[in-house]
Amino acid sequence: MGFEKFGMKSFTSDAKVAPFIDHLEQGRIMTTKCRECGKVFFPPKADCPRCLTSNVEWVEINGNGTLLTYTVVNYGPSGFENDTPYILGIAEFEEGVKILGRVSKEINPRDINVGMKIKLVPVKLANGQVIYEMKI
Amino acid sequence: MKGVAIVGAGQSIFSRSCGMSVRELSFEAYQEAMAGLNISRKDIDASIICSAPEYDKQRTAAALISEYLELTPAPTFYVESVCSSSSAGLRVAWSLIKSGLHQIVTVIGFQKMSELTSPEAAERMSRGDDIMFGSPLGTSMPAGYAMYARAHMAKYGTTEPDLAAIRVKNSGYGAMNTKATYRKALSLEEILGSDVVCSPLKRYDCCANADGASCIIVASAEKAKKITDKPVWVAGIGMATSELNLSARESLTNLSCVREAARQAYQMAGSGPEDIDVAEVHDCFTIAELMAYEDLGFARPGEGAKLLRDRQTYLGGKIPVNVDGGLLSKGHPIGATGGSQIRTIVKQLRGEAGETQVENARFGLIHNIGGVGTYANITILTR
Ligand SMILES: [Zn+2]
Repeated sequence: MGFEKFGMKSFTSDAKVAPFIDHLEQGRIMTTKCRECGKVFFPPKADCPRCLTSNVEWVEINGNGTLLTYTVVNYGPSGFENDTPYILGIAEFEEGVKILGRVSKEINPRDINVGMKIKLVPVKLANGQVIYEMKI
Repeated sequence: MKGVAIVGAGQSIFSRSCGMSVRELSFEAYQEAMAGLNISRKDIDASIICSAPEYDKQRTAAALISEYLELTPAPTFYVESVCSSSSAGLRVAWSLIKSGLHQIVTVIGFQKMSELTSPEAAERMSRGDDIMFGSPLGTSMPAGYAMYARAHMAKYGTTEPDLAAIRVKNSGYGAMNTKATYRKALSLEEILGSDVVCSPLKRYDCCANADGASCIIVASAEKAKKITDKPVWVAGIGMATSELNLSARESLTNLSCVREAARQAYQMAGSGPEDIDVAEVHDCFTIAELMAYEDLGFARPGEGAKLLRDRQTYLGGKIPVNVDGGLLSKGHPIGATGGSQIRTIVKQLRGEAGETQVENARFGLIHNIGGVGTYANITILTR
């Protein structure tokens, strides 16, 4: 159980990294870090392939990032037809990871620029699903 | 160096509704590839069938195609790397021949996208991203390439008309390709005025699904000389992979797998970008062709748009690219695309490309990508 709660439309459920979803529901964006080599992963991994270990810990992403790119999606894949237009973006965070996420619909696309500072925040949707969004 | 040759190459017509079954499409490609060769079907030691099986209605089509072409009991099996499946198939054929296990191998690529409804196709495409961290947010192929386009524009000042100019070039050549789905030259204004799919990419920045098949016949040097007097030699092959998650990638302005695969292929061929006379690049989206110019070394990073503005990728330029119209004109039957690109270069090197012939072409390059810059196959051919 876990990933069935992620996104506008989920595709899978069980995963060792399901605590990612629990944290998101509690308002925190967390990812994993290898306790042996210190590598911070995104997406979170339950295992470090460099150290051949599953000795990883959850660390918080504070959400302060810089937008690297974005797109306004007018035609979405199946299951997203009623959600368009929406904005996808990739930002780089202080922890050294990049995250792909939604850019808040509250932001006018004309006000979005590559290089702008954003804040990634957890969001609970009306149907109970969880995501994260980039806000200004 | 001249160890493995392509002795024949063919493709079916590519179209939105071909009126043919997968086996019949495959026959059309096979028929063209075998034409004029001094072999029969009994001489083919093995066949490699290339498609993205999630789009196939027919399960385990390798045996069916083998049955239809009467290639049994020779071994047959599937190879998949999404849109670059048939270039990966050539890589496997090359290895089988180099190992001495087989002497003559046929590589057949196909896809019949019209067997799926649009929602069915879209559903499968959306699962091409990471289904835990990407797909649930509404990612897609055009959205992925659109984010590369936006990042390239921000870093280098590339513009929407720069991207549209790629479609202008390719649509002009596509109009001359009798096997292409779209055979109409488009103007810059038409392209810029088309619907925005995922900004900054518009309808005409994107290729469309199609039905089609391709076939290449690969042989050892010893066999090749007996089969044809126009063998085309595999001078270099390279293949590399990038992370599936865009967020896990180092750069969003070029494709690292292409750079690595190109490095391997140039090294094996003992050549460099300046030696290539004609190229087929994977223009699933206009931005993909622009990044290819830079990742293959035809232009410096950020100078791809200038290369096109200077008309260097047109016929008569330094490095003509996609003079068959590219995916943008031909349409994109996923598993067949790489084989179709290879066919174009084989025809160029044999001097059989008609009105789009690059004069005296000696080295040709094929850039075939799977996914949003996920799998890269670079092939260098020579005569
Ligand atoms: Zn580690």
